[in-house]
Amino acid sequence: MKAVVIGCGRTGSAVAKGLAADGWDVTAVDESEDALGRLGPDWRGGFVVGHGMDMTMLERAGVSDAAAAVVSTDGDNTNLVIGQVLQKRYRIGTVVVRVLDPARARFYAERGLNTVCPTQTAISALRDAVNATQLEPSEA
Amino acid sequence: MYVVIAGGGKVGSNVTRSLLEMGHEVTLIEQRPDRFARLEGEFGPVVIRGDATEISVLERAGIARPPELLLAVTGDDEDNLVISQIGKEGYGVGKAIARVNDPRNQAHFDLLGITQTICATTSVLGLVEHEMPEHGMVRLLELQREGLEVVEVQIEGGSPAAGSRAGGLSLPGGSRLISVFRHGRTELVEPSTVMRPGDQVLAVVTHDSAPELRRVLLGS
Repeated sequence: MKAVVIGCGRTGSAVAKGLAADGWDVTAVDESEDALGRLGPDWRGGFVVGHGMDMTMLERAGVSDAAAAVVSTDGDNTNLVIGQVLQKRYRIGTVVVRVLDPARARFYAERGLNTVCPTQTAISALRDAVNATQLEPSEA
Repeated sequence: MYVVIAGGGKVGSNVTRSLLEMGHEVTLIEQRPDRFARLEGEFGPVVIRGDATEISVLERAGIARPPELLLAVTGDDEDNLVISQIGKEGYGVGKAIARVNDPRNQAHFDLLGITQTICATTSVLGLVEHEMPEHGMVRLLELQREGLEVVEVQIEGGSPAAGSRAGGLSLPGGSRLISVFRHGRTELVEPSTVMRPGDQVLAVVTHDSAPELRRVLLGS
């Protein structure tokens, strides 16, 4: 099955490599040709240079028959727009979008977009860690 | 009228000035410190500083009132799209107008329901077409929601329609000829109106029928 990963930075490249190892036929997309280096010397998947808002480039990357897409460029709004385009124009079944701002992540999640917010994950984990140490003495 | 404007560049700042002069209430959002300082100097507390794609900043600007009009006119199309969506879908803003900086992004605005857009490049190209009659058919107005175009066609000596009565032309289904402009005067088109070289014909046509209308009036 085909998966497209748009935005090949630290997160995107690791997701692309992981999905390829899981057996997906992955094409990675990035604005910069240098991003190919992050995929490592053994990368056998596709790689397309271009901006995720460019539909010609998206189609070259195979979005028309992809089963899944991950959008993780460094811009929240770019990711939100590309994610919606992949969902609504190309009817990709699974679209996951990285959004750093928790408020925007929640807003679009409530409207049917599958958003992943690393900031919210960090906030919850940090808070839980602190609360856990606080609770120990009173529970003891 | 209460208007929230996102983006204090050339468009946003000039529109702010005009709307204030017209007596409207405006809040202008600008992110860049240098620009904000300049705008605050001119407009005072009308300007707030922040990223207009952040929900808390939009709320500070009074998006929840909600404003009668939201203008998303930053230099970034993704930002303008997100600002418009948050305003319309999250806060029930009735009218949002978004600036399209790169005309190639127009399709994304259409797809995501931001139907009122302005694009300087497209407008200038429209004017260029209007000034170049060799293009034959010029789109004067596009009614996106209705799927209609108002076009102007210049009839030439060699045009297949030249010398024909309007009623005798086999026009495509989705088209109507409205008027003919000749010798400085406009006449409404009747079935008996004869098309003459030099006539400027105004027509309404659906997107799909536009190429066929062009073929009937001007040939291929």
